[in-house]
Amino acid sequence: MTGKKKEELRLDHKVIGDLVEAGSMVLDLGCGDGDLLQYLVENKEVRGSGVEINEEAIYMCVEKGLSVSHGDIDSGLKEYPDKLFDYVIFNQTMQQVYKPKEAIAEALRVGRKVIIGFPNFCHIKARLQIFFTGHVPITPSLPYTWYDTPNLHFLSIKDFKEFCAEQAINIEKKVFLSEERIVRFFPNIFALNAIYQISK
Amino acid sequence: MSEKKEFVETKYYIMPKGEKFILESGAKLSELKIAYETYGKLNRDKTNAVLICHALSGDAHAAGYHSGDKKPGWWDDMIGPGKAFDTDKYFVICSNILGGCKGTSGPNSINPATGKHYGLSFPIVSIKDMVDAQKKLIDHLKIDNLLSVCGGSMGGMQALQWAISYPDNVVSCIPIASSYKHSAQQIAFDEVGRQAIMADPAWNGGDYYDKDHPSAGLAVARMIGHITYMSDKSMEHKFGRILKKKELGYEFTSEFEVEGYLRYRGDSFVKRFDANSYLYITKAMDYFDLQQDKKLYNAFKGIKSTRFLVIAFSSDWLYPSAQSKEIVKALKMNGIDVTYCEVSSDYGHDAFLLEFAEESKLIRHFLDKTFKKADKKT
Repeated sequence: MTGKKKEELRLDHKVIGDLVEAGSMVLDLGCGDGDLLQYLVENKEVRGSGVEINEEAIYMCVEKGLSVSHGDIDSGLKEYPDKLFDYVIFNQTMQQVYKPKEAIAEALRVGRKVIIGFPNFCHIKARLQIFFTGHVPITPSLPYTWYDTPNLHFLSIKDFKEFCAEQAINIEKKVFLSEERIVRFFPNIFALNAIYQISK
Repeated sequence: MSEKKEFVETKYYIMPKGEKFILESGAKLSELKIAYETYGKLNRDKTNAVLICHALSGDAHAAGYHSGDKKPGWWDDMIGPGKAFDTDKYFVICSNILGGCKGTSGPNSINPATGKHYGLSFPIVSIKDMVDAQKKLIDHLKIDNLLSVCGGSMGGMQALQWAISYPDNVVSCIPIASSYKHSAQQIAFDEVGRQAIMADPAWNGGDYYDKDHPSAGLAVARMIGHITYMSDKSMEHKFGRILKKKELGYEFTSEFEVEGYLRYRGDSFVKRFDANSYLYITKAMDYFDLQQDKKLYNAFKGIKSTRFLVIAFSSDWLYPSAQSKEIVKALKMNGIDVTYCEVSSDYGHDAFLLEFAEESKLIRHFLDKTFKKADKKT
Protein backbone atom coordinates (compact mmCIF):
# COMPACT_ATOMS: atom_id res chain seq x y z
CA MET A 1 0.00 0.00 0.00
CA THR A 2 1.35 3.44 -0.89
CA GLY A 3 1.85 6.22 1.62
CA LYS A 4 -0.82 8.27 -0.09
CA LYS A 5 -3.34 5.48 0.27
CA LYS A 6 -2.59 5.18 3.97
CA GLU A 7 -3.18 8.88 4.55
CA GLU A 8 -6.45 8.66 2.75
CA LEU A 9 -7.56 5.72 4.84
CA ARG A 10 -6.94 7.79 7.90
CA LEU A 11 -9.35 10.35 6.52
CA ASP A 12 -11.79 7.45 6.03
CA HIS A 13 -11.38 6.53 9.64
CA LYS A 14 -11.93 10.06 10.79
CA VAL A 15 -15.10 10.41 8.72
CA ILE A 16 -16.45 7.09 9.99
CA GLY A 17 -15.50 8.07 13.52
CA ASP A 18 -17.58 11.24 13.11
CA LEU A 19 -20.57 9.20 11.94
CA VAL A 20 -20.47 6.68 14.78
CA GLU A 21 -22.14 7.65 18.03
CA ALA A 22 -19.95 7.35 21.11
CA GLY A 23 -20.45 4.25 23.25
CA SER A 24 -22.30 2.32 20.58
CA MET A 25 -21.90 -1.32 19.60
CA VAL A 26 -20.01 -1.78 16.33
CA LEU A 27 -19.28 -4.71 14.02
CA ASP A 28 -16.53 -4.12 11.47
CA LEU A 29 -16.81 -6.52 8.52
CA GLY A 30 -13.41 -7.14 7.00
CA CYS A 31 -11.66 -5.25 9.77
CA GLY A 32 -8.16 -6.01 8.48
CA ASP A 33 -5.45 -5.33 11.03
CA GLY A 34 -7.98 -3.51 13.20
CA ASP A 35 -6.82 0.10 12.78
CA LEU A 36 -10.32 1.49 12.31
CA LEU A 37 -11.79 -0.57 15.16
CA GLN A 38 -8.98 0.48 17.45
CA TYR A 39 -9.56 4.12 16.47
CA LEU A 40 -13.26 3.76 17.28
CA VAL A 41 -12.62 1.94 20.55
CA GLU A 42 -10.11 4.53 21.69
CA ASN A 43 -11.81 7.68 20.42
CA LYS A 44 -15.51 6.84 20.49
CA GLU A 45 -15.48 4.26 23.26
CA VAL A 46 -17.44 1.81 21.15
CA ARG A 47 -17.83 -1.84 22.04
CA GLY A 48 -16.37 -3.22 18.87
CA SER A 49 -15.81 -6.54 17.22
CA GLY A 50 -14.60 -7.52 13.80
CA VAL A 51 -14.73 -10.22 11.18
CA GLU A 52 -11.60 -10.85 9.14
CA ILE A 53 -10.49 -13.59 6.74
CA ASN A 54 -6.73 -13.08 6.92
CA GLU A 55 -4.99 -15.04 9.69
CA GLU A 56 -2.08 -12.62 10.09
CA ALA A 57 -4.54 -9.73 10.41
CA ILE A 58 -6.30 -11.65 13.19
CA TYR A 59 -3.06 -11.78 15.17
CA MET A 60 -2.65 -8.02 14.74
CA CYS A 61 -6.20 -7.37 15.93
CA VAL A 62 -5.72 -9.57 19.00
CA GLU A 63 -2.46 -7.75 19.73
CA LYS A 64 -4.47 -4.52 19.76
CA GLY A 65 -6.83 -6.08 22.29
CA LEU A 66 -9.71 -6.31 19.82
CA SER A 67 -12.30 -9.07 19.64
CA VAL A 68 -12.28 -10.50 16.17
CA SER A 69 -13.61 -13.54 14.40
CA HIS A 70 -11.75 -15.43 11.71
CA GLY A 71 -14.11 -16.01 8.82
CA ASP A 72 -15.53 -14.68 5.61
CA ILE A 73 -18.40 -12.26 5.31
CA ASP A 74 -20.03 -14.19 2.50
CA SER A 75 -20.80 -17.14 4.75
CA GLY A 76 -23.25 -14.82 6.41
CA LEU A 77 -23.96 -13.20 9.74
CA LYS A 78 -26.50 -15.81 10.75
CA GLU A 79 -25.10 -16.11 14.26
CA TYR A 80 -26.01 -12.54 15.09
CA PRO A 81 -29.51 -11.72 16.31
CA ASP A 82 -31.46 -8.95 14.56
CA LYS A 83 -30.32 -5.40 15.33
CA LEU A 84 -27.63 -6.55 17.76
CA PHE A 85 -25.31 -3.76 16.61
CA ASP A 86 -25.79 -0.03 16.42
CA TYR A 87 -23.46 0.09 13.43
CA VAL A 88 -22.19 -2.49 10.98
CA ILE A 89 -19.24 -1.20 8.98
CA PHE A 90 -18.02 -2.28 5.56
CA ASN A 91 -15.01 -0.09 4.98
CA GLN A 92 -13.48 -0.86 1.59
CA THR A 93 -14.67 -4.44 1.84
CA MET A 94 -18.16 -4.49 0.34
CA GLN A 95 -16.69 -4.54 -3.19
CA GLN A 96 -14.62 -7.60 -2.21
CA VAL A 97 -17.40 -9.98 -1.18
CA TYR A 98 -18.95 -12.40 -3.66
CA LYS A 99 -22.52 -11.28 -3.12
CA PRO A 100 -22.71 -7.64 -2.01
CA LYS A 101 -26.50 -7.48 -2.21
CA GLU A 102 -26.91 -10.35 0.25
CA ALA A 103 -24.08 -9.09 2.46
CA ILE A 104 -25.65 -5.62 2.70
CA ALA A 105 -29.06 -7.14 3.45
CA GLU A 106 -27.53 -9.21 6.27
CA ALA A 107 -25.67 -6.19 7.62
CA LEU A 108 -28.94 -4.22 7.66
CA ARG A 109 -30.59 -7.08 9.53
CA VAL A 110 -28.00 -7.28 12.33
CA GLY A 111 -27.26 -3.55 12.51
CA ARG A 112 -29.52 -0.57 13.05
CA LYS A 113 -27.29 1.40 10.73
CA VAL A 114 -24.76 0.29 8.14
CA ILE A 115 -21.74 2.35 7.11
CA ILE A 116 -20.29 1.48 3.73
CA GLY A 117 -17.07 2.93 2.34
CA PHE A 118 -16.21 2.06 -1.26
CA PRO A 119 -13.95 3.29 -4.08
CA ASN A 120 -15.66 5.24 -6.86
CA PHE A 121 -14.98 3.62 -10.20
CA CYS A 122 -16.14 6.71 -12.13
CA HIS A 123 -13.63 9.18 -10.73
CA ILE A 124 -12.31 11.57 -13.37
CA LYS A 125 -8.90 9.82 -13.42
CA ALA A 126 -10.56 6.49 -14.14
CA ARG A 127 -12.76 7.98 -16.85
CA LEU A 128 -9.78 9.60 -18.55
CA GLN A 129 -7.68 6.44 -18.37
CA ILE A 130 -10.39 4.37 -19.97
CA PHE A 131 -11.14 6.96 -22.60
CA PHE A 132 -7.59 7.95 -23.58
CA THR A 133 -5.42 4.95 -22.79
CA GLY A 134 -7.90 2.11 -23.25
CA HIS A 135 -6.73 0.52 -19.98
CA VAL A 136 -8.65 -0.61 -16.95
CA PRO A 137 -8.04 2.32 -14.61
CA ILE A 138 -5.60 2.41 -11.71
CA THR A 139 -6.35 5.24 -9.27
CA PRO A 140 -5.39 6.04 -5.67
CA SER A 141 -8.58 4.37 -4.44
CA LEU A 142 -8.35 1.53 -6.97
CA PRO A 143 -4.60 0.89 -6.95
CA TYR A 144 -4.62 -2.67 -8.27
CA THR A 145 -3.91 -4.29 -11.61
CA TRP A 146 -6.77 -6.31 -13.09
CA TYR A 147 -4.91 -9.58 -12.46
CA ASP A 148 -4.03 -8.98 -8.83
CA THR A 149 -6.87 -7.27 -7.04
CA PRO A 150 -9.06 -8.10 -4.04
CA ASN A 151 -11.92 -6.21 -5.68
CA LEU A 152 -14.61 -8.30 -7.31
CA HIS A 153 -17.15 -5.57 -7.99
CA PHE A 154 -16.74 -2.10 -9.44
CA LEU A 155 -19.30 0.57 -8.88
CA SER A 156 -19.78 4.30 -9.00
CA ILE A 157 -21.45 6.59 -6.51
CA LYS A 158 -24.38 6.85 -8.90
CA ASP A 159 -24.64 3.05 -9.05
CA PHE A 160 -24.79 2.82 -5.28
CA LYS A 161 -27.42 5.52 -5.03
CA GLU A 162 -29.60 3.68 -7.54
CA PHE A 163 -29.02 0.38 -5.75
CA CYS A 164 -30.29 1.90 -2.49
CA ALA A 165 -33.38 3.24 -4.24
CA GLU A 166 -34.10 -0.16 -5.81
CA GLN A 167 -33.65 -1.99 -2.51
CA ALA A 168 -35.71 0.57 -0.57
CA ILE A 169 -32.69 1.40 1.58
CA ASN A 170 -32.63 4.80 3.30
CA ILE A 171 -29.56 6.89 2.77
CA GLU A 172 -29.08 8.74 6.06
CA LYS A 173 -25.74 10.36 5.48
CA LYS A 174 -23.10 10.45 2.79
CA VAL A 175 -19.57 11.80 2.66
CA PHE A 176 -17.36 11.92 -0.44
CA LEU A 177 -13.60 11.98 -0.29
CA SER A 178 -10.72 12.86 -2.53
CA GLU A 179 -7.24 11.90 -1.43
CA GLU A 180 -7.03 14.49 1.31
CA ARG A 181 -10.32 16.30 1.64
CA ILE A 182 -14.09 16.11 1.50
CA VAL A 183 -15.60 16.51 -1.97
CA ARG A 184 -18.81 18.53 -2.16
CA PHE A 185 -19.45 19.01 -5.88
CA PHE A 186 -19.95 16.40 -8.58
CA PRO A 187 -18.80 13.55 -6.36
CA ASN A 188 -19.32 10.92 -9.05
CA ILE A 189 -16.57 12.66 -10.99
CA PHE A 190 -14.30 14.08 -8.30
CA ALA A 191 -14.58 11.68 -5.32
CA LEU A 192 -12.20 8.75 -5.03
CA ASN A 193 -14.14 7.22 -2.18
CA ALA A 194 -17.67 7.42 -0.85
CA ILE A 195 -18.91 6.68 2.63
CA TYR A 196 -22.63 6.08 3.10
CA GLN A 197 -24.63 5.58 6.24
CA ILE A 198 -27.73 3.60 5.40
CA SER A 199 -30.62 1.96 7.22
CA LYS A 200 -33.77 0.04 6.45
CA MET B 1 17.92 -19.37 24.22
CA SER B 2 19.46 -20.38 27.50
CA GLU B 3 17.06 -20.26 30.36
CA LYS B 4 17.08 -21.29 33.94
CA LYS B 5 15.32 -24.57 34.66
CA GLU B 6 12.29 -24.00 36.87
CA PHE B 7 11.86 -26.89 39.29
CA VAL B 8 8.37 -27.78 40.40
CA GLU B 9 6.66 -30.38 42.56
CA THR B 10 3.28 -32.02 42.37
CA LYS B 11 1.05 -31.20 45.34
CA TYR B 12 -2.09 -32.93 46.55
CA TYR B 13 -5.50 -31.79 47.70
CA ILE B 14 -7.33 -34.27 49.88
CA MET B 15 -11.05 -33.77 50.46
CA PRO B 16 -11.68 -33.30 54.21
CA LYS B 17 -13.09 -36.33 55.99
CA GLY B 18 -16.87 -36.38 56.18
CA GLU B 19 -17.34 -34.50 52.90
CA LYS B 20 -18.73 -36.34 49.92
CA PHE B 21 -18.17 -35.75 46.24
CA ILE B 22 -21.37 -36.33 44.30
CA LEU B 23 -21.05 -37.17 40.64
CA GLU B 24 -23.36 -36.35 37.76
CA SER B 25 -24.53 -39.98 37.69
CA GLY B 26 -25.62 -39.70 41.33
CA ALA B 27 -22.74 -41.88 42.56
CA LYS B 28 -20.72 -40.63 45.54
CA LEU B 29 -17.04 -40.67 46.38
CA SER B 30 -16.16 -40.56 50.07
CA GLU B 31 -12.50 -39.96 49.31
CA LEU B 32 -11.14 -37.56 46.75
CA LYS B 33 -7.53 -36.73 46.07
CA ILE B 34 -6.41 -34.25 43.42
CA ALA B 35 -2.84 -33.96 42.16
CA TYR B 36 -1.96 -30.42 41.10
CA GLU B 37 0.89 -28.08 40.35
CA THR B 38 1.12 -24.31 40.45
CA TYR B 39 3.48 -21.91 38.73
CA GLY B 40 3.97 -18.23 39.53
CA LYS B 41 2.49 -16.34 42.45
CA LEU B 42 -1.10 -15.57 43.36
CA ASN B 43 -1.43 -11.78 43.71
CA ARG B 44 -2.90 -10.16 46.80
CA ASP B 45 -6.33 -9.57 45.24
CA LYS B 46 -6.30 -13.10 43.77
CA THR B 47 -7.15 -11.79 40.33
CA ASN B 48 -4.37 -13.49 38.37
CA ALA B 49 -5.21 -17.20 38.66
CA VAL B 50 -5.33 -19.22 35.45
CA LEU B 51 -6.46 -22.84 35.32
CA ILE B 52 -5.00 -25.10 32.64
CA CYS B 53 -7.01 -28.24 31.85
CA HIS B 54 -5.19 -31.18 30.30
CA ALA B 55 -6.27 -33.55 27.56
CA LEU B 56 -6.78 -37.32 27.52
CA SER B 57 -3.24 -38.42 28.34
CA GLY B 58 -2.00 -35.34 30.17
CA ASP B 59 -1.33 -34.77 33.85
CA ALA B 60 -0.85 -32.06 36.44
CA HIS B 61 2.76 -31.53 35.38
CA ALA B 62 2.18 -28.86 32.74
CA ALA B 63 5.38 -26.85 33.08
CA GLY B 64 8.80 -26.71 34.64
CA TYR B 65 10.97 -29.67 35.59
CA HIS B 66 10.63 -32.33 38.24
CA SER B 67 13.99 -32.82 39.85
CA GLY B 68 15.98 -35.43 37.95
CA ASP B 69 13.82 -35.14 34.81
CA LYS B 70 15.30 -34.25 31.43
CA LYS B 71 11.96 -33.25 29.91
CA PRO B 72 9.75 -30.44 31.20
CA GLY B 73 5.94 -30.55 31.68
CA TRP B 74 3.64 -31.15 28.71
CA TRP B 75 2.92 -27.46 27.94
CA ASP B 76 6.17 -25.92 29.08
CA ASP B 77 6.40 -24.03 25.78
CA MET B 78 3.35 -22.04 26.82
CA ILE B 79 3.74 -21.67 30.59
CA GLY B 80 6.66 -19.93 32.29
CA PRO B 81 8.33 -16.57 32.80
CA GLY B 82 7.78 -14.39 29.72
CA LYS B 83 5.76 -17.08 27.94
CA ALA B 84 2.10 -16.85 26.83
CA PHE B 85 0.94 -17.84 30.30
CA ASP B 86 3.51 -15.56 31.86
CA THR B 87 4.26 -16.83 35.35
CA ASP B 88 5.78 -13.45 36.22
CA LYS B 89 2.23 -12.10 35.91
CA TYR B 90 -0.13 -15.00 36.41
CA PHE B 91 -0.63 -17.77 38.92
CA VAL B 92 -1.08 -20.89 36.81
CA ILE B 93 -2.72 -24.05 38.15
CA CYS B 94 -2.95 -27.44 36.50
CA SER B 95 -4.50 -30.52 38.07
CA ASN B 96 -4.85 -34.14 37.03
CA ILE B 97 -8.44 -34.92 36.05
CA LEU B 98 -10.88 -37.01 38.04
CA GLY B 99 -10.70 -40.56 36.68
CA GLY B 100 -7.06 -40.06 35.70
CA CYS B 101 -4.09 -42.10 36.79
CA LYS B 102 -1.54 -39.44 37.65
CA GLY B 103 -2.29 -38.82 41.30
CA THR B 104 -5.97 -37.83 41.23
CA SER B 105 -8.65 -40.31 42.28
CA GLY B 106 -9.43 -42.77 39.52
CA PRO B 107 -9.89 -46.48 38.86
CA ASN B 108 -6.31 -47.21 39.92
CA SER B 109 -6.89 -45.61 43.37
CA ILE B 110 -7.60 -47.70 46.43
CA ASN B 111 -11.28 -48.06 47.24
CA PRO B 112 -11.58 -47.22 50.97
CA ALA B 113 -14.51 -49.66 51.29
CA THR B 114 -12.50 -52.69 50.13
CA GLY B 115 -8.86 -51.73 50.56
CA LYS B 116 -8.29 -52.81 46.95
CA HIS B 117 -7.98 -50.92 43.67
CA TYR B 118 -11.31 -49.63 42.44
CA GLY B 119 -10.99 -51.01 38.94
CA LEU B 120 -14.44 -50.91 37.34
CA SER B 121 -16.12 -50.23 40.68
CA PHE B 122 -14.96 -46.61 40.30
CA PRO B 123 -18.01 -44.60 39.25
CA ILE B 124 -18.30 -43.36 35.67
CA VAL B 125 -17.17 -39.74 35.53
CA SER B 126 -18.20 -36.91 33.21
CA ILE B 127 -16.44 -33.77 32.04
CA LYS B 128 -18.69 -31.87 34.46
CA ASP B 129 -17.48 -34.10 37.32
CA MET B 130 -13.87 -33.32 36.37
CA VAL B 131 -14.71 -29.61 36.51
CA ASP B 132 -16.54 -29.94 39.83
CA ALA B 133 -13.48 -31.68 41.29
CA GLN B 134 -11.29 -28.83 40.01
CA LYS B 135 -13.71 -26.37 41.64
CA LYS B 136 -13.03 -28.08 44.99
CA LEU B 137 -9.32 -27.52 44.46
CA ILE B 138 -9.83 -23.87 43.47
CA ASP B 139 -12.02 -23.31 46.56
CA HIS B 140 -9.33 -24.98 48.66
CA LEU B 141 -6.79 -22.53 47.21
CA LYS B 142 -9.24 -19.77 48.30
CA ILE B 143 -9.59 -18.41 44.79
CA ASP B 144 -13.01 -16.99 43.88
CA ASN B 145 -12.51 -16.05 40.26
CA LEU B 146 -10.31 -17.54 37.59
CA LEU B 147 -8.84 -14.99 35.20
CA SER B 148 -8.92 -17.73 32.61
CA VAL B 149 -9.63 -21.41 32.12
CA CYS B 150 -7.79 -22.85 29.15
CA GLY B 151 -7.29 -26.25 27.62
CA GLY B 152 -6.80 -28.13 24.38
CA SER B 153 -8.90 -31.04 23.14
CA MET B 154 -10.62 -32.57 26.19
CA GLY B 155 -9.06 -29.70 28.17
CA GLY B 156 -11.13 -27.36 26.00
CA MET B 157 -14.28 -29.27 26.93
CA GLN B 158 -13.45 -28.71 30.59
CA ALA B 159 -12.82 -25.01 29.93
CA LEU B 160 -16.25 -24.69 28.25
CA GLN B 161 -17.89 -26.64 31.06
CA TRP B 162 -16.26 -24.31 33.60
CA ALA B 163 -17.77 -21.27 31.88
CA ILE B 164 -21.18 -22.94 31.89
CA SER B 165 -21.10 -24.46 35.38
CA TYR B 166 -19.49 -21.45 37.07
CA PRO B 167 -20.20 -18.45 34.82
CA ASP B 168 -19.66 -15.90 37.59
CA ASN B 169 -16.24 -17.30 38.50
CA VAL B 170 -14.69 -17.50 35.03
CA VAL B 171 -13.44 -14.20 33.63
CA SER B 172 -12.26 -15.73 30.37
CA CYS B 173 -12.29 -19.08 28.63
CA ILE B 174 -9.87 -20.43 26.01
CA PRO B 175 -10.98 -23.71 24.39
CA ILE B 176 -8.42 -24.94 21.84
CA ALA B 177 -8.91 -27.66 19.19
CA SER B 178 -12.00 -28.74 21.04
CA SER B 179 -15.71 -29.37 20.66
CA TYR B 180 -19.06 -28.79 22.31
CA LYS B 181 -19.98 -32.46 21.88
CA HIS B 182 -18.48 -35.73 20.77
CA SER B 183 -19.68 -36.59 17.30
CA ALA B 184 -20.42 -40.13 16.07
CA GLN B 185 -16.95 -40.28 14.51
CA GLN B 186 -15.27 -39.18 17.72
CA ILE B 187 -17.24 -41.71 19.76
CA ALA B 188 -16.39 -44.38 17.20
CA PHE B 189 -12.64 -43.88 17.53
CA ASP B 190 -12.93 -43.98 21.32
CA GLU B 191 -14.93 -47.18 21.17
CA VAL B 192 -12.29 -48.89 19.01
CA GLY B 193 -9.69 -47.89 21.60
CA ARG B 194 -11.81 -49.26 24.43
CA GLN B 195 -12.49 -52.49 22.57
CA ALA B 196 -8.76 -52.97 22.02
CA ILE B 197 -8.21 -52.76 25.78
CA MET B 198 -11.17 -54.94 26.71
CA ALA B 199 -10.21 -57.59 24.13
CA ASP B 200 -6.84 -58.02 25.85
CA PRO B 201 -7.24 -61.10 28.14
CA ALA B 202 -5.01 -59.38 30.70
CA TRP B 203 -7.67 -56.70 31.14
CA ASN B 204 -9.67 -59.25 33.12
CA GLY B 205 -12.77 -57.12 33.59
CA GLY B 206 -10.66 -54.25 34.85
CA ASP B 207 -9.15 -56.30 37.67
CA TYR B 208 -5.46 -56.54 36.83
CA TYR B 209 -3.65 -54.28 39.28
CA ASP B 210 -1.73 -57.08 41.02
CA LYS B 211 -1.17 -59.01 37.77
CA ASP B 212 0.03 -58.33 34.23
CA HIS B 213 -1.58 -55.18 32.87
CA PRO B 214 -3.42 -55.17 29.50
CA SER B 215 -0.46 -53.51 27.82
CA ALA B 216 -1.06 -54.92 24.35
CA GLY B 217 -4.63 -53.60 24.31
CA LEU B 218 -3.72 -50.19 25.69
CA ALA B 219 -0.86 -49.89 23.19
CA VAL B 220 -3.24 -50.52 20.29
CA ALA B 221 -5.68 -47.96 21.72
CA ARG B 222 -2.87 -45.43 21.83
CA MET B 223 -1.78 -46.27 18.28
CA ILE B 224 -5.29 -45.58 17.00
CA GLY B 225 -5.29 -42.36 18.98
CA HIS B 226 -2.02 -41.23 17.44
CA ILE B 227 -3.33 -41.75 13.92
CA THR B 228 -6.24 -39.45 14.70
CA TYR B 229 -3.91 -36.82 16.20
CA MET B 230 -1.90 -36.43 13.00
CA SER B 231 -2.92 -35.30 9.54
CA ASP B 232 -2.42 -37.15 6.28
CA LYS B 233 0.06 -34.47 5.31
CA SER B 234 2.06 -34.58 8.56
CA MET B 235 2.27 -38.39 8.38
CA GLU B 236 3.35 -38.26 4.75
CA HIS B 237 5.96 -35.67 5.63
CA LYS B 238 7.23 -37.52 8.69
CA PHE B 239 7.19 -41.10 7.40
CA GLY B 240 6.11 -41.35 3.78
CA ARG B 241 6.81 -44.96 2.74
CA ILE B 242 10.23 -44.99 4.32
CA LEU B 243 11.37 -48.46 5.35
CA LYS B 244 13.40 -49.19 8.45
CA LYS B 245 15.62 -51.58 6.45
CA LYS B 246 16.85 -51.09 2.93
CA GLU B 247 14.34 -53.40 1.28
CA LEU B 248 11.13 -55.28 1.90
CA GLY B 249 11.55 -58.30 4.16
CA TYR B 250 8.41 -60.19 3.09
CA GLU B 251 7.43 -60.82 6.69
CA PHE B 252 5.03 -59.39 9.31
CA THR B 253 7.52 -57.36 11.26
CA SER B 254 7.40 -53.62 11.70
CA GLU B 255 8.91 -52.62 8.36
CA PHE B 256 7.67 -49.12 7.65
CA GLU B 257 8.85 -46.17 9.72
CA VAL B 258 5.24 -45.31 10.51
CA GLU B 259 4.70 -48.78 11.99
CA GLY B 260 7.77 -48.43 14.16
CA TYR B 261 6.63 -45.00 15.31
CA LEU B 262 3.18 -46.19 16.30
CA ARG B 263 4.57 -49.22 18.12
CA TYR B 264 7.06 -47.03 19.95
CA ARG B 265 4.26 -44.61 20.93
CA GLY B 266 2.06 -47.48 22.08
CA ASP B 267 4.82 -49.13 24.10
CA SER B 268 5.95 -45.95 25.82
CA PHE B 269 2.34 -45.04 26.66
CA VAL B 270 1.64 -48.26 28.56
CA LYS B 271 4.55 -47.48 30.89
CA ARG B 272 2.88 -44.31 32.05
CA PHE B 273 -0.85 -44.83 31.69
CA ASP B 274 -3.55 -46.99 33.23
CA ALA B 275 -5.81 -48.92 30.85
CA ASN B 276 -8.90 -48.48 33.03
CA SER B 277 -8.30 -44.73 33.15
CA TYR B 278 -8.26 -44.77 29.36
CA LEU B 279 -11.72 -46.37 29.41
CA TYR B 280 -13.10 -43.88 31.93
CA ILE B 281 -11.72 -40.77 30.30
CA THR B 282 -12.80 -41.68 26.77
CA LYS B 283 -16.26 -42.46 28.16
CA ALA B 284 -16.40 -39.02 29.77
CA MET B 285 -15.58 -37.42 26.42
CA ASP B 286 -18.20 -39.50 24.64
CA TYR B 287 -20.84 -38.41 27.15
CA PHE B 288 -19.91 -34.77 26.60
CA ASP B 289 -22.63 -32.74 24.88
CA LEU B 290 -23.30 -29.16 25.88
CA GLN B 291 -26.42 -28.83 23.75
CA GLN B 292 -29.63 -28.35 25.66
CA ASP B 293 -32.76 -29.40 23.80
CA LYS B 294 -30.38 -30.01 20.89
CA LYS B 295 -29.46 -26.33 20.90
CA LEU B 296 -25.97 -25.18 21.77
CA TYR B 297 -27.28 -21.61 22.01
CA ASN B 298 -29.15 -22.48 25.21
CA ALA B 299 -25.99 -23.81 26.90
CA PHE B 300 -24.42 -20.36 27.02
CA LYS B 301 -27.49 -18.43 28.23
CA GLY B 302 -26.22 -18.11 31.79
CA ILE B 303 -22.96 -16.45 30.78
CA LYS B 304 -22.83 -12.73 31.43
CA SER B 305 -19.35 -11.32 31.20
CA THR B 306 -16.97 -14.19 30.39
CA ARG B 307 -14.80 -13.43 27.34
CA PHE B 308 -13.85 -16.24 24.97
CA LEU B 309 -10.89 -17.00 22.76
CA VAL B 310 -11.63 -20.02 20.58
CA ILE B 311 -8.75 -21.55 18.61
CA ALA B 312 -8.94 -24.29 15.97
CA PHE B 313 -6.40 -25.72 13.54
CA SER B 314 -6.95 -26.07 9.80
CA SER B 315 -5.75 -29.69 9.45
CA ASP B 316 -7.37 -31.01 12.65
CA TRP B 317 -9.84 -33.62 11.42
CA LEU B 318 -10.44 -35.19 14.83
CA TYR B 319 -11.80 -31.94 16.29
CA PRO B 320 -12.50 -30.07 13.06
CA SER B 321 -12.77 -26.29 13.01
CA ALA B 322 -16.46 -26.60 12.13
CA GLN B 323 -17.08 -27.65 15.75
CA SER B 324 -15.23 -24.60 17.05
CA LYS B 325 -17.20 -22.41 14.66
CA GLU B 326 -20.44 -23.78 16.11
CA ILE B 327 -19.22 -22.73 19.55
CA VAL B 328 -18.35 -19.25 18.27
CA LYS B 329 -21.73 -18.97 16.58
CA ALA B 330 -23.64 -19.96 19.72
CA LEU B 331 -21.61 -17.51 21.81
CA LYS B 332 -22.30 -14.68 19.36
CA MET B 333 -25.99 -15.47 19.33
CA ASN B 334 -25.88 -14.83 23.07
CA GLY B 335 -24.05 -11.55 22.52
CA ILE B 336 -20.95 -12.91 24.27
CA ASP B 337 -17.53 -11.37 23.56
CA VAL B 338 -15.60 -13.91 21.49
CA THR B 339 -12.44 -13.99 19.41
CA TYR B 340 -11.92 -16.86 17.01
CA CYS B 341 -8.91 -17.93 15.00
CA GLU B 342 -8.37 -20.93 12.78
CA VAL B 343 -4.61 -21.33 12.77
CA SER B 344 -3.27 -22.82 9.56
CA SER B 345 -1.21 -25.85 10.43
CA ASP B 346 -0.33 -29.24 8.93
CA TYR B 347 0.01 -30.98 12.28
CA GLY B 348 -3.60 -32.13 12.64
CA HIS B 349 -5.04 -32.33 16.14
CA ASP B 350 -1.52 -32.46 17.63
CA ALA B 351 -1.15 -28.82 16.54
CA PHE B 352 -2.45 -27.63 19.90
CA LEU B 353 0.71 -29.05 21.50
CA LEU B 354 3.03 -27.92 18.71
CA GLU B 355 1.91 -24.59 17.25
CA PHE B 356 2.83 -22.68 20.36
CA ALA B 357 4.19 -19.64 18.49
CA GLU B 358 0.75 -18.92 17.00
CA GLU B 359 -1.11 -19.89 20.16
CA SER B 360 1.19 -17.64 22.17
CA LYS B 361 0.50 -14.65 19.93
CA LEU B 362 -3.22 -15.04 20.52
CA ILE B 363 -3.24 -16.05 24.17
CA ARG B 364 -0.63 -13.57 25.44
CA HIS B 365 -2.54 -10.53 24.18
CA PHE B 366 -5.99 -11.91 24.93
CA LEU B 367 -4.98 -12.59 28.54
CA ASP B 368 -3.29 -9.23 28.86
CA LYS B 369 -6.44 -7.45 27.68
CA THR B 370 -8.61 -9.59 29.97
CA PHE B 371 -6.37 -8.89 32.94
CA LYS B 372 -6.41 -5.13 32.33
CA LYS B 373 -10.16 -5.13 31.86
CA ALA B 374 -10.72 -7.13 35.06
CA ASP B 375 -8.34 -4.83 36.91
CA LYS B 376 -10.35 -1.77 35.84
CA LYS B 377 -13.54 -3.24 37.25
CA THR B 378 -12.15 -3.93 40.73
